[in-house]
Amino acid sequence: MAALLEVKDLQVSVADREILHGLTLTVNEGEVHAIMGPNGSGKSTLSHVIAGKPGYEVTGGQILFKGEDLLEMEPNERAAKGVFLAFQYPVEIPGVATMNFLRTALNAQRKARGEDELSTPDFLKRVREVSGSLGIPQEMLKRGVNVGFSGGEKKRNEVLQMALFQPSLCILDEMDSGLDIDALRIASEGVNALRAPNRSMVVITHYQRLLDYIVPDVVHVMSKGKVVRSGGKELALELEANGYAQYQEAAA
Amino acid sequence: MAAVQETVDRVRQIDVDQYRYGFETLIESEKAPKGLSEDIVRFISAKKNEPDWMLQWRLEAYRRWLTMVEPTWARVDYPKIDFQDLYYYAAPKPKKTVGSLDEIDPEILKTYEKLGIPLREVAILEGVEPRPGEPDTPSRKIAVDAVFDSVSVATTFQAELKKAGVIFMPISEAIKHHPELVQKYLGSVVPTSDNFYATLNSAVFSDGSFVYVPPGVRCPMELSTYFRINERNTGQFERTLIIADKGSYVSYLEGCTAPQRDENQLHAAVVELVAMDDAEIKYSTVQNWYPGNSEGKGGIYNFVTKRGDCRGANSKISWTQVETGSAITWKYPSCILRGDNSRGEFYSIAISNGYQQVDSGTKMIHLGKNTSSRIISKGIAAGKSQNTYRGLVTAHRKATGARNFTACDSLLIGDQCGAHTVPYIEAKNASALFEHEATTSKISEDVLFYCIQRGLSQEEAVGLVVNGFVKDVLQQLPMEFAVEAQKLISISLEGSVG
Repeated sequence: MAALLEVKDLQVSVADREILHGLTLTVNEGEVHAIMGPNGSGKSTLSHVIAGKPGYEVTGGQILFKGEDLLEMEPNERAAKGVFLAFQYPVEIPGVATMNFLRTALNAQRKARGEDELSTPDFLKRVREVSGSLGIPQEMLKRGVNVGFSGGEKKRNEVLQMALFQPSLCILDEMDSGLDIDALRIASEGVNALRAPNRSMVVITHYQRLLDYIVPDVVHVMSKGKVVRSGGKELALELEANGYAQYQEAAA
Repeated sequence: MAAVQETVDRVRQIDVDQYRYGFETLIESEKAPKGLSEDIVRFISAKKNEPDWMLQWRLEAYRRWLTMVEPTWARVDYPKIDFQDLYYYAAPKPKKTVGSLDEIDPEILKTYEKLGIPLREVAILEGVEPRPGEPDTPSRKIAVDAVFDSVSVATTFQAELKKAGVIFMPISEAIKHHPELVQKYLGSVVPTSDNFYATLNSAVFSDGSFVYVPPGVRCPMELSTYFRINERNTGQFERTLIIADKGSYVSYLEGCTAPQRDENQLHAAVVELVAMDDAEIKYSTVQNWYPGNSEGKGGIYNFVTKRGDCRGANSKISWTQVETGSAITWKYPSCILRGDNSRGEFYSIAISNGYQQVDSGTKMIHLGKNTSSRIISKGIAAGKSQNTYRGLVTAHRKATGARNFTACDSLLIGDQCGAHTVPYIEAKNASALFEHEATTSKISEDVLFYCIQRGLSQEEAVGLVVNGFVKDVLQQLPMEFAVEAQKLISISLEGSVG
C-alpha cells in the first residue's frame, strides 16, 4: 500500500514554545487512523499544521502528501490537492448562503486543479444527492454558513463538504465534541459512507466513544508532542480502561 | 505569516494601480478664470444663458457664502482649502453646437465607453432577470445623463421619456424650458442658506440632472447620471433636482469617477428630492471618485448635501449608497418625513482604505404622524482609514407614532484603521419608538482560514466575507448596480484580485 501522508520527525513551535517534538506518522491509502491523547498533547496542532493554519512555526522535519512537500504549499493549494480538515468548531459566516459557499469553494478547488467549473444544474444535482443522504434539508443550505446551526448541524455541514469535495485525506478534529449520541451517529454514518480505498482519514479524539462508530485500522497515542504508542483498534479500549496517565509519565 | 496579517499588508499596498478609472481625457476645454468672485458667478450664469432670476438666486447665495465658515465638526482632517485657487467652471470646448450624439467630441464618447457607460441608446440586455412581481420585460433600459466636468454632454432616451410625460434633462436646460418647475422646487429642500458647501454650490453650480415625474406616472426606465471630473484644479458642483408628483414612482442611479491626480479636487454637490402624496423615489449612488494614492496623496474631497422631502402623505424616499472612493467623504443623505405616514430609508455601504476618511450617515426628521424610517449602515475600514457613521433620528412634537429602526455595523480589517459610530437620537414626542443596534467586529482569522481550507484564496475569502457583511444593503440596489458594486467592493479591498 502506498503512503498517502508521511509526517517525519516534525517539530512545531507556537510563539517560541515547542509543541511537537519530533512527531512521526505514516498513513497509507485507504486507512483510517485514530489519534488519541490527553488535552495539550498536540493533537489539534498536528491537524492545523497539516492543513496550513497560520501561527505555527515548523522548526524541523517534513510532511509529505502523495510524495510532495506539503509544507511548501499554500493552505488553499493543499485543499485543492485533497487535504480536508473537519473543524472542531466550524465558524459562522453571516450573509454568505451555504449553497453559495459550497459552490465557490468547489469551483475554486476545481480551478486550481485545472478542471472546468461545475455547471449550475450539475452542482445542484450533486448537492441534493449528498445532502439528502445526510438528512440535511435544502432550507438549511439557503441560510448563512453555520449561522444559527445546532452543534449537530454544524458537524453535518462539515461532512457534507467532505462528501462534496471528495478529498483524499480527511482530518476529523474532535468531531464528537458537543454532539449528543444521535447527532454523533448521523455524522459518523456520513463519514463511514466516505470510506474508500483511495481515501484516508485521521480521526482525532479524546474518547473511545467515537471509535465505536468510526472504527479505525490503526490507533496512535500522543503525549507531550510525540506519538508514544501505536496499535490496532483494541488499543483504544485499553486506553478507555486505563487512562492516559502511564503515557504521560513515559513521555516525560 | 498570519492570514489576517497578509491581508492587512496587501491592503496597505493598495495604490493607484487599483483605481481603474484614473485616466485623463485630452480635450480642449474652456475654463473660467481661477478663483471665486461675483464676476465668476455672473460668468457661469452668462455661459449658461440663464434668466435673471437664476443669476439673482446665485448672487444671493454667493453673498451669504461670504459670511459663512467651513464646518469642522466632522471627524475628518485635511489642509485648509484655498477657495481662490480653484477653477469653478470647465467645459469641453464644443467643436460646434451639439444637436445629437454624433456631434459630441469623440474623445468624450470614448471616455464614457471606457467607463462602461452606454451613451448610445442601447438597452442593457445581458444577465438581467425579471424581478419577482414585475412584468417580464424583454429588456431593461436605462436613460443616462452624462455630466463631464461642468456640463452635461448627453442625455439619452429623451423622446421615449417624453412620451411618458417624464422630464429628464440637464438642469441647465430645465432652467430655460421649465422655469416654473425649477423656480418652485429649487432650494425648497436644501435652501441656499443651508450649509457652507450647499451655499457654495448654489452660487456656482454648473450642471446636473433635473427630473420631473408627473402625477400617477411610473417612470418606464431607470434614470441615471454619470458624473466625471476630468479637468485639473477644477471643482465640480453639480445640482440635481428630482420631483415625483402625486402617485408617481422613479428610480434614479448616480455614478462618479475622476482621473488620478496628485492634488486634491473639490466636489460639492447638492441633491434635492421632493416626493408628493403617494409618490416614491429610490435614489442609488455608487461613488468611486479617485481616493488618493497609497501615501494619501491626491483624491477627491467629497462634500455633498443630499436631502429628500417626503412632502406628501404616504410618500417614500429611499437612499442607497455604496461609497468606495474619495479621499474625504462628508455626506448625509437625509429624509424630512413631513407627510403623514411617509417613510424614509437609508441603506449604506461605506468602505475606506489607505488614508481615506469617511464621515457619512443620514438624518431622519420625523414631522408627520405615523412616519417611519429605517437605517442600515455597513462601514468597512481597512488600511489607515477612519470610517465614521454619524446619524440623527428626531421626532418632533406633533410626530405621533414615529418609528425608526437603526442598525450600524462596522467591520475592521487590520489594526491601524478606525470605525466610529455617532448616533444622535431626539424624541420630543412620547409615542415615538426608536430602536438602535450597533456592532463592531474585526474580520476574524478563523473565518478566513476556514474559507482558505476549503480552497479559496486569501482575496476570495476576504471578498466573500465582506460581501456577506454588506449583503442586506447590496440587495437594495437595482440589479445592474448590485453586480458592479460587488466587484467594486472586492477591488477596493483586495489589492491583487483580477
